[in-house]
Amino acid sequence: MSTDKEFQKKLRKAEKLAYFAGFLFLIAGVGVVFLLIDPNFIRFQSKQKNSITTSVELDEDRIENGIHIRTGLIDAKGLMTVVTNCTNCHSAKLVTQNRMSAERWNATIKWMQETQNLWELGSNQKIIVEYLVANYPQKEKGRREHLININWYELEN
Amino acid sequence: MRMDRRKFITKTTLSSLATLIGTEIVFGTNMLHDYQPVALQDPDPFKLFKKDSEMVILNDKPWNIEAKAHLLDDKITPNKYMFIRNNGLIPETIDVKNWTLVIDGESVVHQKKYTLSDLKSTFKHHTYQLTLECGGNGRSEFNPPAKGNQWTIGAVSCATWTGVRLRDVLEDAGIKDSAVYIGYHSADTHLSRDPKKEPISRGAPMIKALQDETLLAFKMNGKDIPLAHGYPLRLVAGGWPASVSGKWVERISIRNKVHDGAKMSGTAYRVPCNSIAPGTIVSDKEMCIIESMPVKSLITFPKSGAIIHTKDTLKIRGHAWAGELEVSKMETSIDFGAAWQKCSLEKPANRLAWQHFSANIQFPKKGYYEVWARATDTNNKTQPMVLPGWNPKGYLNNACHRIAIKVT
Repeated sequence: MSTDKEFQKKLRKAEKLAYFAGFLFLIAGVGVVFLLIDPNFIRFQSKQKNSITTSVELDEDRIENGIHIRTGLIDAKGLMTVVTNCTNCHSAKLVTQNRMSAERWNATIKWMQETQNLWELGSNQKIIVEYLVANYPQKEKGRREHLININWYELEN
Repeated sequence: MRMDRRKFITKTTLSSLATLIGTEIVFGTNMLHDYQPVALQDPDPFKLFKKDSEMVILNDKPWNIEAKAHLLDDKITPNKYMFIRNNGLIPETIDVKNWTLVIDGESVVHQKKYTLSDLKSTFKHHTYQLTLECGGNGRSEFNPPAKGNQWTIGAVSCATWTGVRLRDVLEDAGIKDSAVYIGYHSADTHLSRDPKKEPISRGAPMIKALQDETLLAFKMNGKDIPLAHGYPLRLVAGGWPASVSGKWVERISIRNKVHDGAKMSGTAYRVPCNSIAPGTIVSDKEMCIIESMPVKSLITFPKSGAIIHTKDTLKIRGHAWAGELEVSKMETSIDFGAAWQKCSLEKPANRLAWQHFSANIQFPKKGYYEVWARATDTNNKTQPMVLPGWNPKGYLNNACHRIAIKVT
C-alpha cells in the first residue's frame, strides 16, 4: 500500500515537472517568434509611449467641439491661462455663469486678490480678461425676457 | 456568541467609563454610538447630496444647486428638492461627539461653551416651518448681468426646523445692554483652503436674533440635518437672506457693533441704500445690509409648458412668502397684467412659513398664454412684473413668476 502511494506521488511530481517544462518551452517559443518579428521591441515601446501621452490628453486638457472638457471653458486664445489661474479655488462654472465687461472683470479680480487670496496675475490679467469678454459676452436682456426653452407637454386632467 | 467589533468596543468603553465615574451612564449607548464620518467621495452629486436628478447644478466648487419651480410643489420642502448654497467648502468630517457651540463676543456676560447634548437637554425644543431664500435668488435676470451664481428661481425652500431658541441660549450666557448684533462662525473651509480665512461669517441684529422663530436647529423635517444643509447645528432665521442662517455653527458672538465677519461688508448681501440706475458703480459706503426678504411667490403646479384643451379648467397652485411679513393677497393674470383674479390663499403654518395658494383658471379661446402670479404683503407691497431695482450683486429679484400655457 505505502509503496503504491509513494509511486503515485512520484508520478504526480513528474507530471507537474513535465507541465512546467512545457510551459517554459511555450514562452521561450513565443519569445523567439517575437524577437524574429520585432528584434528591438519597438512595438512594445511605442505602445507604452502612446498610451502615456494619450492618457494625459484624455484626462487633462481634451478639447471636444471647441470645449475644454475638464472645465467646460470655450477653446480660444488665452484658454490655458484662464484654466491655470481661474480654476484652482473655484470651479470654472463660476466663471462661465457670469457675463461682465472688462472693467467689471478687472474689479472682480481686484476683489479676489484683496479678499480671496488670488495671486498677482501680471501680464496674464490682460489675456484672461480679453478671453472672458470675447468668449462670454454680455447679452442685452432688457427689463424682462420672454419665456424661453419651453418644453411643451400634454397636461392630463 | 457573535458580537461585532464596534459594539464590543462601545460596551467595554462604557463599562470602563462606568467604573471610573462609579455610576451607570444613562443613554450611554447613544452617546458612544459612532457617527459615520461623511466623506465627500461619491462622484455623483445627486447621490452625494440625495438630491433629485432634476435639480440644477450651478457650481460644483463650491457646491451650489437649485430647484425648478415645479419641484417645489410640496407644502414642506423635502431635502431632495432643497437648494444648496455654499460660499466655501463643506466640512469633510464632523466630530459630532465633540461638537461644541461657544457663545462669546464683546457683549456676552459669561462666555459659555455647550456640547450638542447640553443644548438638547438644557433648552426647550421648538419646531417651525421656515422659509429660507437665498438673497441672490433670481439674479440671472438682472441686466446688466450681476456677478455671482446665476440663480433663476429655485433658491428657496420651506422645511420644518427643530432646535432650541437662539434667545434661550444667548440669555443663558447673558446679554449685555451694549449688544447690537450677533455673528456666527462655522466649520466650513475657505475656497483657498487658508485656515485663517472664513468663507462666510454673517449675522443679524439683536431684534432678529431674539425672535421666537430664530433657532439653533439640529433637525430638518424631523431628521438630522443633511450635511450640506449644516449638520449638526445650524442657525435658522426665516424670512431673511438664507446666508443669515449659518450652517455648521461652532461659535456665536454677541457683538457691540454690526458684525464685521466675511460677507458682511463691501457689496456682499447688500443693496444700494438709495436706488440707482442700472449698471451704476456704487461705493461700499453707499451699500446697506439686506434684512427682511421681499414679497414673492412661485407657481409650482403645473410645470411651465402645459398644453390643455379649450374647455379645461386649469388648476394651479403654489406658495407665497413675504420675509418678516405675511402675504395678504394672491392674484393671477392670463393677459399680462391687464386683469387680475384673486386666488385662494392659506394662512401660514406659523410666522415666517410660506403660504399655499390655488386657483381655477379658464381660458376664453385657443392660443398661447402666460399665467402670471402676484403676491401682496401686509404692508400692501406687491411683486413687480418687471425686474425690481438693479443692484450690483443682483439681490432681491421678486418679479412675478410666470408659466407658459397653450390652449388647443
